[in-house]
Amino acid sequence: MARPVQFNEKVKMVEVPKGYSGEGFFATTFDKAIGAARKNSIWPLPFATSCCGIEFMATAASHYDLARFGAERMAFTPRQCDLLMVMGTIAKKMGPVLRQVYLQMAEPRWVIAVGACACSGGVFDTYSVLQGIDQVIPVDVYVPGCPPRPEAILDGFMRIQELVGQESLRRRHSDRYKDLMNSYGIQ
Amino acid sequence: MSLTNDYIKQRLVEKFGEELTSFEEPFGLLSFTAPAALNLKVMQFLYDEEELQFRFLTDLTAVHYPNQVGAELAVVYHLYNFREKVRLRLKIFVPVAAPKVFTATKLFESANWMERESYDFYGVEFVGHPNLKRILNVDEMTYFPMRKEFPLEDQTRVDKDDEMFGR
Amino acid sequence: MLEQPHISLPQGSIEKQTTTLNLGPTHPATHGVFQNILEMDGERLVNAESTVGYIHRAFEKIAERRPYYQITPLTDRLNYCSAPINNMGWHLTVEKLLGVQTPKRVDYLRVIIMELARITDHLICNGVVGVDTGAFTGFLYLMQFRELAYEIYEEVCGSRLTTNIGRIGGFERNFTPAAFQKIEKFLAGFPKALKEFETLMTRNRIFVERTTGVGPISAERAMNYGFTGPNLRAAGVDYDVRVAHPYSSYEDFEFSIPVGSTGDCYDRYLVRNAEMWQSLSIIRQAMDKLKSLPDDVYHADVPAYYLPEKQDVYTKMEALIYHFKIIMGESDILPGELYNAVEGANGELGFYLISDGGRSPYRLHFRRPCFIYYQAYPELVKGAMLSDAIICLSSLNLIAGELDA
Repeated sequence: MARPVQFNEKVKMVEVPKGYSGEGFFATTFDKAIGAARKNSIWPLPFATSCCGIEFMATAASHYDLARFGAERMAFTPRQCDLLMVMGTIAKKMGPVLRQVYLQMAEPRWVIAVGACACSGGVFDTYSVLQGIDQVIPVDVYVPGCPPRPEAILDGFMRIQELVGQESLRRRHSDRYKDLMNSYGIQ
Repeated sequence: MSLTNDYIKQRLVEKFGEELTSFEEPFGLLSFTAPAALNLKVMQFLYDEEELQFRFLTDLTAVHYPNQVGAELAVVYHLYNFREKVRLRLKIFVPVAAPKVFTATKLFESANWMERESYDFYGVEFVGHPNLKRILNVDEMTYFPMRKEFPLEDQTRVDKDDEMFGR
Repeated sequence: MLEQPHISLPQGSIEKQTTTLNLGPTHPATHGVFQNILEMDGERLVNAESTVGYIHRAFEKIAERRPYYQITPLTDRLNYCSAPINNMGWHLTVEKLLGVQTPKRVDYLRVIIMELARITDHLICNGVVGVDTGAFTGFLYLMQFRELAYEIYEEVCGSRLTTNIGRIGGFERNFTPAAFQKIEKFLAGFPKALKEFETLMTRNRIFVERTTGVGPISAERAMNYGFTGPNLRAAGVDYDVRVAHPYSSYEDFEFSIPVGSTGDCYDRYLVRNAEMWQSLSIIRQAMDKLKSLPDDVYHADVPAYYLPEKQDVYTKMEALIYHFKIIMGESDILPGELYNAVEGANGELGFYLISDGGRSPYRLHFRRPCFIYYQAYPELVKGAMLSDAIICLSSLNLIAGELDA
């Protein structure tokens, strides 16, 4: 006996950006349209190294679904992803690998550091652990916790969405951004 | 007849005599020391004998005793007999100036990475090992970090203030 | 440190005309960070060389700095899919060193938590083997019950994943009635979900054909490679630390050890599945046994090592002294040397502890099962195709935290 079909009536729709609409057209600025499109279809690259990776698996599973924020396709290749989610401890041996993955990403790219180890080395103040991934790559959002609850990861993801939605289209060509990249030694 | 610690000790002393020293039984586990040159012979004897049959290497690790001059590095083998469910501990002491120990990889395949780990952390050189290079640390590391003289933290880090962290 | 990472070609690969494929540290199929440089002759593997250490966090050196009760959060992060088992293993080791005897109720509660952790670890492993063969649904169905297990852990200790459950001598607080209700809910709901997962996978023709004959190992080779746990049992050796050297009152429970025959991926999947059923039965037996014990005992009566109640600390002198001694690390720890093992989800998790009487261990070594059996990977995948090599990797259940420590 099949279960009765249920529909979820309470789906929250994405808000339409402000603009002028009429019969068959809608006019708004590029910033708002592209921002709205980008922020609701971010493809993350889960760079899961340790325990935070398991909390990410719980976030992506059906209870705390990450896909409803638009992150349906976990692009496991840096060439096709927008957001690098670094989850877990990064050791000094892994540092060059992380940097290589970041360099392979195409602009516009964002980085979220999930977990105490990625933010600052966490509880591992040792000779072999990188004390925070911002020693090697620039980071946009830090999510503290050990491991952070899925709700915290989702909150970090929503802040990334805000950043993505409000970003100016010329930001990646600006001098300030170039200075930031130079301070990390990235051309 | 079940295998008792006394029986194992008796067989070992029969075969190797005065070479094996410091027989102890902390927490019921027979533990003894052998000279560095005899480690393979002792393990082979324990492996081959029908009544002893210690054919499983549970663990291989090293310890640093900086106060015992001449025998600073200890390599500790934990052997196990599946049938009688008996554990055994064998210790080898080598000086830190010439830390050479014969490799156990021909006898137990599981010794391969465990010996690499002991080399990586303490600098114990296993003679005859197929691939003795660092396994857990970066290849470029110049010192052996688990030795007691080296600190835990990376001394070049700038963002953590030792005073505030209670070092 | 920041220059480009390089791969060196394996020995003789140019003469043998083999291709080198880097299954690098970041790869969707390697669940954890380890690198495999595969030498391939067309589609078949000739050799595989593994590099580990990408998440080496120097646990053993940290342990030499911390007092005994602060090492528990460190042990969480070894096999983080089943963190409670590591915690309990550490507590049992220290209790053995100190000669502390825990009451039966503490033992049974520990058994419940450890078997729950074992179930959650096996369900991740089997789910992930499914994902690697392309079957994502089973994994999602099982993760729902992992969420329920997380709720149980939260009731008991406050944390979901890296639990730091328990203290030396027992638990930090009594299990609330809500915790027992959640355990009953788990026991009621999980068998149905596991049955559904089995109907999806066990007799599924595609799954069976993808996993039988992949990565087999004989019992002799497995023992030589130091295998323990479900991988060894799949090869045919019925060694289980819970039965061979019972700890925490496991001898009071009746359960069987599932054993495979060929040691291939399908056998490992079946062994883990059967172990989940056995763990469910153990939890049920423990819940029944708990009904006959007084329900206010949750720790051993060892004030020298277990923090006294706060109201006593503020009013009684002895409690204040004990509290001070424990926190400042002045408790009387006897010097000694011991090796203690528990049955982790991946095999025999051993703790080799040398104490010199001080507040931290002189030497603490973790005998990590993943590290030891991962050496066998080149032998397991020799001659297999690339997709089989991926399945073999995920069915071995390698947890990177336990690999590198």
